[in-house]
Amino acid sequence: MGQIKLESVTKSFGPVEVIPPLDLTIEDGEFTVFVGPSGCGKSTLLRLIAGLEDITSGKISIDGQDATHVPPAKRGLAMVFQSYALYPHMSVRKNIAFPMKMAGVPVEEQNRRIEAAAAALNLTDYLDRRPGQLSGGQRQRVAIGRAIVREPGAFLFDEPLSNLDAALRVGMRLEISELHKRLKTTMIYVTHDQVEAMTMADKIVVLQAGVIEQVGSPLELYRAPRNVFVAGFIGSPKMNLLTGPEAAKHNAHTIGTRPEHIAISQTEGTWSGTIGVSEHLGSDTFFHVKCDGFDDPLTVRAGGEVALKYGDKVFLTPDLTQLHRFDAQGLRIA
Amino acid sequence: MARAVTPQRKALNTAIAWGIGLLIFFPILWTILTSFKTEAQAISDPPVFLFFDWTLENYSVVQERSDYMRFLWNSVIIAGGSTILGIIIAIPAAWSMAFVPSKRTKDILLWMLSTKMLPAVGVLYPIYLIFIRMGILDTRMGLVVVLMLINLPIIVWMLYTYFREIPGEILEAARMDGASLKEEILYVLTPMAMPGIASTLLLNIILAWNEAFWTLNLTAAKAAPLTAFIASYSSPEGLFYAKLSAASTMAIAPILILGWFSQKQLVSGLTFGAVK
Repeated sequence: MGQIKLESVTKSFGPVEVIPPLDLTIEDGEFTVFVGPSGCGKSTLLRLIAGLEDITSGKISIDGQDATHVPPAKRGLAMVFQSYALYPHMSVRKNIAFPMKMAGVPVEEQNRRIEAAAAALNLTDYLDRRPGQLSGGQRQRVAIGRAIVREPGAFLFDEPLSNLDAALRVGMRLEISELHKRLKTTMIYVTHDQVEAMTMADKIVVLQAGVIEQVGSPLELYRAPRNVFVAGFIGSPKMNLLTGPEAAKHNAHTIGTRPEHIAISQTEGTWSGTIGVSEHLGSDTFFHVKCDGFDDPLTVRAGGEVALKYGDKVFLTPDLTQLHRFDAQGLRIA
Repeated sequence: MARAVTPQRKALNTAIAWGIGLLIFFPILWTILTSFKTEAQAISDPPVFLFFDWTLENYSVVQERSDYMRFLWNSVIIAGGSTILGIIIAIPAAWSMAFVPSKRTKDILLWMLSTKMLPAVGVLYPIYLIFIRMGILDTRMGLVVVLMLINLPIIVWMLYTYFREIPGEILEAARMDGASLKEEILYVLTPMAMPGIASTLLLNIILAWNEAFWTLNLTAAKAAPLTAFIASYSSPEGLFYAKLSAASTMAIAPILILGWFSQKQLVSGLTFGAVK
């Protein structure tokens, strides 16, 4: 219950084509994350699946049924919005009951599902409040509750955590992952935050300008980015990308090395440079090292207790077995 | 930096504001006062302000000569009916303009408003003839329709402005939750826009209640509302100012009372979105 298939789907707003022909299959029960920078078309893609926007051409099928011209209400999908989009004039109970009321679910069954959802989401004490009296995290849980009780074929999440503060975001991230493990329902999750994508997804779809750059599991994308864009986008801090003579040494147009794949030493190494800004996270330290002959500083990960300070001379050695090479078109060289 | 306001300046401003307020209110006050005078005092020169023999005679004469309740009832039906009908038509119209605008939405809104720029007398003949042909001259139904059409542009504009303040995502959420268009408007949009709808309702009842051109021209005896009731006291054979004032006071009293009790709602509705 919940396979979603897009075939040659396109979307244009007037003369502007935001999604060029696109094919994608989301398997039943999969947690798929659409990730990409602002304006890459990821939210538009989600809205096309939801039916809130009409596709310009192509076909969308849900569970093998052609859903291209089916209105959103009939697609059997539930959506959680960035702004939560709760009904401000209704109590939490009525908000959660609304989709069931629309579907004509008997009242006793409605109440049973509301109680169950409220218990699962820690909302039992708030059922009679209005959304305006709740905190951001509680509102988000109400929005999720409203989605759960419908028992949809798939959940669609449109940047659901971006209005929450950092601590709450981590908590809600876990709750949503937990929910997925428990319900085993297909989930499609849109975010611009690659950390959310890496931590939650079974499958990540990286988008840029409406084009799918790569589809794969988080680790596949991390270990073998298909092109320079994915290499730079997935991973935090970003992969170091070098062009010019240094790349030519490895028969590539661009080479990439992740911060954790560079060894730092005060005595010897391949590249020499000076320490710039350092970020101490306790468990790790990230040094931004200005290397001789490179335009941009390199980011290097070291242990938590490394005693190096601004201006210190250091040497860096990349792990050549973990080097990523890309050609002039930006595509990965195997 | 906040502007410094001296106490003198504040007192002066207050006095000016009160002066202007009283100036605006004075004609209404004078009408009410005159309604309690005798006909002789009403036209005396110099005019008497407060020190006259207060009398209720005018009210009893007016009540005897014409059936106030019948006019009042016609006014209620015509003002209320045209406003409610207008709102029912305007909600879907404003919904489509606010949430699914097309390239021409702005033009349509301006075009609707432009009908208010036409002098009403310009279309009196055609409408009068249509009313005769349809046999709805001097009927409340006919006036409900005409006044609804007259005020529809304003109702649509006001609702459009309020609806624009409602986040579209909430309506999309309703759509995802399985609501049909009708249910979306009924259960989500309308309750959320209730403050705006209420002030639109109030303003249009007031406009329709006070409308005199069409109500005077398209009614005779059966469907005549309070405007006709007042007009019947301004006769060419010599004016009875005191009785005219009594009739006017009786005609405006209901709407004045309604306006007084709903002023908070009206003001908050009219400034909705403007001071955000």
